[in-house]
Amino acid sequence: MPRKPPPDSDLKERRELLDAAGIARTLRRMAHEIAERVPHGEKPLYLVGVRTGGAYLAHRLCDVLAAAGEGKPILGAVDISLYRDDVFHGLPKPEIGPTELPEPIEGRTIVLVDDVLFTGRTIRAAMDVLADYGRPRAVKLAALIDRGMRELPIQPDFVGLALQTTVLESVRVMLTERGEPDRVVLRERPA
Amino acid sequence: MSAFGHRHLLGIEPLAAADIETILTLSERFLEIAERPIKKVPTLRGKTVINLFLEPSTRTRTSFEIAAKRLSADAVNISGSGSSTTKGETLLDTARNLDAMSPDVVVVRHSLAGAAEMLAKQLRAGVVNGGDGAHEHPTQALLDCSTIRAHKGKLAGLEVAICGDIRHSRVARSNIWALTKLGARVRVAAPRTLLAPGLTEMGATVHERIEPALEGADVVMMLRIQKERMGGGLFPNTREYSRYFGLNLRRLELAKSDAIVMHPGPLNRGVEIDPAVADGPRAVILDQVARGVAVRMAVLYLLAGGESAAE
Repeated sequence: MPRKPPPDSDLKERRELLDAAGIARTLRRMAHEIAERVPHGEKPLYLVGVRTGGAYLAHRLCDVLAAAGEGKPILGAVDISLYRDDVFHGLPKPEIGPTELPEPIEGRTIVLVDDVLFTGRTIRAAMDVLADYGRPRAVKLAALIDRGMRELPIQPDFVGLALQTTVLESVRVMLTERGEPDRVVLRERPA
Repeated sequence: MSAFGHRHLLGIEPLAAADIETILTLSERFLEIAERPIKKVPTLRGKTVINLFLEPSTRTRTSFEIAAKRLSADAVNISGSGSSTTKGETLLDTARNLDAMSPDVVVVRHSLAGAAEMLAKQLRAGVVNGGDGAHEHPTQALLDCSTIRAHKGKLAGLEVAICGDIRHSRVARSNIWALTKLGARVRVAAPRTLLAPGLTEMGATVHERIEPALEGADVVMMLRIQKERMGGGLFPNTREYSRYFGLNLRRLELAKSDAIVMHPGPLNRGVEIDPAVADGPRAVILDQVARGVAVRMAVLYLLAGGESAAE
């Protein structure tokens, strides 16, 4: 098991941040912003999801972009388990997903996609993974939720929903890909 | 998938099937790193792995060294001839001195069964058994299982023939444990003088001729005749051994038409395996070696990570 995630039992749901329709609407808007602000045309857009939540969202963004006539983006995924700076807090994670970059990233503009942007450490690790595969021209960051409390100088380029949270709170993104109904909820640990 | 709760890897016998599955599945991920332009991940940066090899080894030592380096750990190699053991230092003293330099993992190979376990009781570092006498060689069994699974898609229900010098073979012992735990059926074949007691109890079917063991096998694993461990007189000569127990193309016909041929190396060409088989299309011997690095990366990752598990 990885670093101990807060046990679900003592987390109380406080409010719903997005419902299924809200997630769909937010992703549509983000897809349009990406299409507008990331140069493409000569070469398709290149979306890379951070496993596991970000990979599902990158897939959905790809579908929205393709449906909107922006061409079918290249879809990749990175697993950051081997690049974490906290591998040794707790037992190592016994399960690692594949990193799949179907086309060389050298010279491309990459849009990293994550579900929740928090300390920024995940994104730092994801950028290190990319660096081991090549030198992208630029890396952009899209996050469905930005919950603040950054510990590193990392900022998103595309945000679905931004809110300020506390250490006692936790944002959970539920997705049908994981066998749950589409929802984003804010949960809180009793102080 | 379950967490890996072991601090050491001393053998396959103490592992649960789920532990073996964890390592095998994890190793599939590490296999990909060998295909990257930069064959290195920062996971074990700042960790130290000592390879204490007091018996000759090319494959296993190099494999552990590459595995450690691809995970960004610092790897230090100590071999028997270049170490203070030649000055009379005992294994335990050598190991305690190394432990005082705070390595995170010590991989040990020694000619005595139980050497790794003895060190595990004495050292703070995690210990990996890189082969101890005729006892166990767990990472070899793991890489063999990984190779079989890659070629056959599964292990459960397969018929695996392990042929040759069973008596001196830690590879055979570790493989019998691993394969039976994962649901494969194991037949072993050797001249009576090269069999060992307890094989039936471990779950293997024992043959004193190679032909019945090969019949209908999905996997044929040939073992090296270990001349260095023999007092002599266990079989008349290598030519006769080859005639009765060597794997040639004709004997391989007895196995299934899609059977794979494995060998842990080093090969005695023309003794236990005919070059036509060793270099033929059914041999997966070099694939075993490639997978060895990935399996050892998985083991180092699980052990070096478990180190500071106190939270």
